[in-house]
Amino acid sequence: MCLAVPMMVKSIEGDNAICEIDGVRREASLMMVDDVAVGDYVLIHAGFAIEKLDQEDAEQTLALFRQVLAAGGMPE
Amino acid sequence: MKYSSEFRNPEVAKALIASINTIVAGYPGRMTLMEVCGTHTMAIYQHGIRALLPAQIRLISGPGCPVCVTPVGYVDRAVALARRPGTIIASFGDMLRVPGSSSSLLAEKARGADVRVVYSPLDAVALAEKNPQQQVVFLGVGFETTTPTIAGSVLEAKRRGLSNYFVLCSHKTMPAPMAALTADPELKVDGYLCPAHVSAIIGANAYQPLVDQFKIPCVVTGFEPLDVLQGVQMLARQVVAGEARVENQYSRIVKPEGNKKAQALLTEVFEPCDAAWRGIGVIPNSGLQLRPAYAPFNAELQLPVEVEEPKEHSGCQCGEILKGKISPRDCKLFRTACTPEAPIGACMVSSEGTCAAEYKYGG
Repeated sequence: MCLAVPMMVKSIEGDNAICEIDGVRREASLMMVDDVAVGDYVLIHAGFAIEKLDQEDAEQTLALFRQVLAAGGMPE
Repeated sequence: MKYSSEFRNPEVAKALIASINTIVAGYPGRMTLMEVCGTHTMAIYQHGIRALLPAQIRLISGPGCPVCVTPVGYVDRAVALARRPGTIIASFGDMLRVPGSSSSLLAEKARGADVRVVYSPLDAVALAEKNPQQQVVFLGVGFETTTPTIAGSVLEAKRRGLSNYFVLCSHKTMPAPMAALTADPELKVDGYLCPAHVSAIIGANAYQPLVDQFKIPCVVTGFEPLDVLQGVQMLARQVVAGEARVENQYSRIVKPEGNKKAQALLTEVFEPCDAAWRGIGVIPNSGLQLRPAYAPFNAELQLPVEVEEPKEHSGCQCGEILKGKISPRDCKLFRTACTPEAPIGACMVSSEGTCAAEYKYGG
């Protein structure tokens, strides 16, 4: 039940945003998040953006994965 | 799918598994790691993660499927409300097939009750606005991920001046049940994969008291397969080193302090209460109820109905499964009397239930 999907904000009107993933668009309430801009990724759950995705942080995790891959699974 | 597919790369998965194998290589015995959240349970089954892990790691499922931990009496009340003339029941889909003592919402729907599945509690508010002569009851089930959305719907109904929108509350909170399970001497858990999106709301720091009290490692972990493997890697490293800390694997979403705005919404509309967990019992301060100021939206207070005496199937072992004490295959009803088509226990109903996942993916 706690599933939520990262979607990109396409447009904002008042406290609502139109968000998109893989060509699917949905309206979501921005009641729970601050400082959201068009182009941001937000996590959508039951019609609400529950958190903004930190893209820099996501890239750091992915970079860590690339290190694990490069090290062939040896602990870094 | 941006920020999903990158976290499913099979080559990285292999490397993470190799790393986990190296970490636990000299570990004497077997460590038990519990995934608390139903969405983790699904991800672990769906991606076959158990079979990929070394023998030193045992993954067990905990009480994190909200539908599964909802007591039978709640379903009975929802059934009674569905039978009430002029009432529309609005719910997330999972609740419809959960067996009550003698009926379910799906059975009531088949008999003509107005039971509707909605995607968002805001859809239920819109339903109330469109049907002013009827009473719309939203089934408020879920953890901190979902409860703020229900708080939002109550505020929205208030803003629109609606007097026919109600919530039947059975909201649960973390990490109270984790403390209850850790204190259970029959259950030896060595570390927790802490829920991803509950933690987005409550924050990674919320597990610090658990770590301080029980010296048990806690790693907030995302729901993609690489997230889960990295979460296991981080937990294994702590267990092997004899450490106990809160770590945050899912930092791209979860902040140490959580989502303050969502917390403020929760605090505005709800207050803590003791809550009954199916199979576990009453845990103090592990639930949320509407504050007295929002009593006009409280279905239990505003729409009194007669509710039957709760009855559980005597052979059902959902309680033991929710506590991680047995696995679905240890239950005599599993696959015989209890199947997804004709479920007896809640763990077989919800797509996130351990029994449903074992039935579908367990081979």
